[in-house]
Amino acid sequence: MIGSFAGVLFDGFAYGMLLFLLSVGLSVTLGMMNFVNLAHCSFAMLGGYVTVTLMDRAGWPFFATLPVAFLAAAAASVVLERALFRRLYRASDLDQCLLTIGIVFVSVAGAAYVYGTLQQPVQLPDYLRTAVTLGGLRFPVYRLFLIGAALVITVVLVAALEYTRFGARVRAAVDNQRMARGLGIDVDGVFAVTFALGSGLAGLGGALAIEMVGLDPAFAFTYLIYVIIVVSVGGLASIGGSFVAATLIGISDMAGKYYIPQLGAFLIYLVMVGLLMWRPAGLFGRR
Amino acid sequence: MARVALRAVSGPHGYLQAQSRWRWPEVAFWIATPLPFLIFPTYLQLASQIAITALFAVSLDLILGYAGIVSLGHAAFFGLGAYAAGLLSKFWWGEPLSGLALAAALAGLVGYAASFVIARFRHLALIMITLGIGLLLAEAANSASWLTGGADGLQGVRIRPLFDRFPFDLWGRTAYTYSLVVLFLTFLVARRLIHSPFGLSLRGIRENAVRMPALGAPSRAYIRKVYTIAAVMAGLAGALLAQTTSTVSLEVLSFQRSADVLVILILGGAGRLYGGILGAIIYMVARDQFSGINPQYWYFWIGLLLIAVVMFLPNGLLGGLTRLASWWRAHLLVMPPS
Amino acid sequence: MAATVLSTRGLRKSFGSLVVASDINFTLPQGVRYALIGPNGAGKTTLINLMTGMLRPDAGQIFLGEDDVTSLAPAERVKRGLARTFQINTLFPHLSALEAVTLAVCERRGHAGNWWRRLPTHRDAVDEAYGILSSLTLGDDGYRPTRELAYGQQRLLEIALALATRPRVLLLDEPAAGVPRGESATLFSVISRLSRDITVLFIEHDMNIVFRFASRIIVMVGGRVLVEGTPEEIAAEPRVREVYLGNTRHA
Repeated sequence: MIGSFAGVLFDGFAYGMLLFLLSVGLSVTLGMMNFVNLAHCSFAMLGGYVTVTLMDRAGWPFFATLPVAFLAAAAASVVLERALFRRLYRASDLDQCLLTIGIVFVSVAGAAYVYGTLQQPVQLPDYLRTAVTLGGLRFPVYRLFLIGAALVITVVLVAALEYTRFGARVRAAVDNQRMARGLGIDVDGVFAVTFALGSGLAGLGGALAIEMVGLDPAFAFTYLIYVIIVVSVGGLASIGGSFVAATLIGISDMAGKYYIPQLGAFLIYLVMVGLLMWRPAGLFGRR
Repeated sequence: MARVALRAVSGPHGYLQAQSRWRWPEVAFWIATPLPFLIFPTYLQLASQIAITALFAVSLDLILGYAGIVSLGHAAFFGLGAYAAGLLSKFWWGEPLSGLALAAALAGLVGYAASFVIARFRHLALIMITLGIGLLLAEAANSASWLTGGADGLQGVRIRPLFDRFPFDLWGRTAYTYSLVVLFLTFLVARRLIHSPFGLSLRGIRENAVRMPALGAPSRAYIRKVYTIAAVMAGLAGALLAQTTSTVSLEVLSFQRSADVLVILILGGAGRLYGGILGAIIYMVARDQFSGINPQYWYFWIGLLLIAVVMFLPNGLLGGLTRLASWWRAHLLVMPPS
Repeated sequence: MAATVLSTRGLRKSFGSLVVASDINFTLPQGVRYALIGPNGAGKTTLINLMTGMLRPDAGQIFLGEDDVTSLAPAERVKRGLARTFQINTLFPHLSALEAVTLAVCERRGHAGNWWRRLPTHRDAVDEAYGILSSLTLGDDGYRPTRELAYGQQRLLEIALALATRPRVLLLDEPAAGVPRGESATLFSVISRLSRDITVLFIEHDMNIVFRFASRIIVMVGGRVLVEGTPEEIAAEPRVREVYLGNTRHA
């Protein structure tokens, strides 16, 4: 009993770390520009498919594909931001919502066209497919790697936000955009970089997700729901909030699916609606 | 300039009268609605579907186009109406009109309850809550397969002929007449609502939600009211679907359905009441024409269409047409100075 | 001794460590024209937000006449006669001026929930709305969408909307903000012609206008009331001159 509980906790935590990587970008960019980007997980999906393509068709090793997944998603986001998003910063929620839903539709259909609708298999290097046994419990190495990577990234993000000049500009732009502009901060430039970074992280998350949850064209939508739940719960522009929320959601979803499988996704939707009603600004957010 | 002068002459009353008067394109449209009986007699089932979808879109227009509530879960009420009508016919009696009324009432009741939550939120939280409620209901229906039939759809839907004389057959004559009449009557109600003081207040909420309480307006109460009315209308549409096709499947509650009606409304033009009807006609006809196509590719083009509409035609087709019409009037029918 | 229409007692509000209102006590007697002045960030708009209910105070009370309205919702306070205008135009861009004021009038008359009678049948409400617009020189332009109106006209529409609620107390937040000198004089002459049934408190930066139209001036600095008095007293007050060092000329 304890064994399976610890297993669920561990798996849930790893899943939560994955959700964190997928969500943190959206949390910050939403907090900064209030731009409702429902296409966020399309960038994640892109990263995933880049990894699949490089590994399957070009024989690249897994780790080498990760930076490319990050860069590809970041580059795609830059293109979309320049071409489309930038014109809608002052548009209504509805318009932003519709535009990005349109992008999701296009990306999902495009992925289905190029890669088919089945889940993509990925061949991990052998040492990632083993498990470590500690105190009678079995910890798959891949999940440990996922957790480790996410924690490192979290530390880097928080440090960058606190200690670098760019981080200071990001915090200023999130706090009070008008004042930041008045102080001479190029808010649009800061946002463009942050957006690219956030999308890149999503792409990385997408690549890392393949082994854990699988990759198919519906990814852009399926995980959008989870990401939005994490962001809604964790609050906008909050790395710490996203971290805690992702952990909570990851563990509760895992636990729900393990202990009460007949409820399916019902539990997680209930959690979302309930939390939104209790705290519309998220657990840590300010708006 | 000439048009403003004309209005000034007729005064504020004339101005407001002109806004709510029946225009000839409107009259022409409604007169043309029985045409499918003559011109497309084999397509009456499709025409019935279009009428149902149009009704659903008009109900969404009330909350989205007029009150500014972005809902990604409006299919919840459509589906509730459909399942209610289906279950009523299965377990009690299959008389269509009473089934219609009861199903719509049920949808309205749930809408009323939900409106207390809906009215408290705005922006992203509202979008997510409406999405969440829709998803919750869909999941619940999926799980409660003992009631809903689950993925197999509702079995045993038995609708009696209308007035005990007109059966709902494959030809669709009864179906189209029935759907069309319900659409028209509901539309009249919606139209009245739009041109009433309540409709004006709704537009006020959409235009500037902050100003409304500063005018003493109980915005939340208004939102609850319009949301309930829209839920009743969506429930009517769903019940119509169940009754005219004698089938109810899970897709009536799906996100797909909510997204589709949103696309339809935006395509036609939100906030113009006829936008939903126009969008429904175009969308359903196109989908029928391209029914052989893989659904994946259908959504590819829908996605592109959405992007194009948002970027280039923000008020939908109807908005574009109106702009074209006023450009026409301004440049080609200019009155010579006297 | 005129009755008090609006008063606050010990009003306090802070955002974290930032104190925006500190122990505000003030009284507004019936029929007066008071001005609220002070440097940027002094908390003037915050005070209006507190009095109208858009902000909840941390402590203190607000009275409308004899009634304690501190816990009342903003819409409720409007129904009891407290109206305000916004410093930044808070209008309905796509509604025409006539529609906007009619909306406000229908709201006041209790018709706004009515959805089965067409708008034109509410003749009295429409007449009243048109009357308000005409009295503010907006009658002829009332048919154009708000966003097509000139800025000065939009500021007038701000006031029209507030007047449509038939307030007893009118709080004007920089009514002439952004309006060129010539037009702001017209705007204020409109305000000065308002009936004495309406008590007015206005925030203003232009000292010429303040000294011309206000019977009493309240000076706020850093969230608290520094001093209040007649224009002559304020003009002579050294603390006020300190605050406005070299920024203005007085009458």
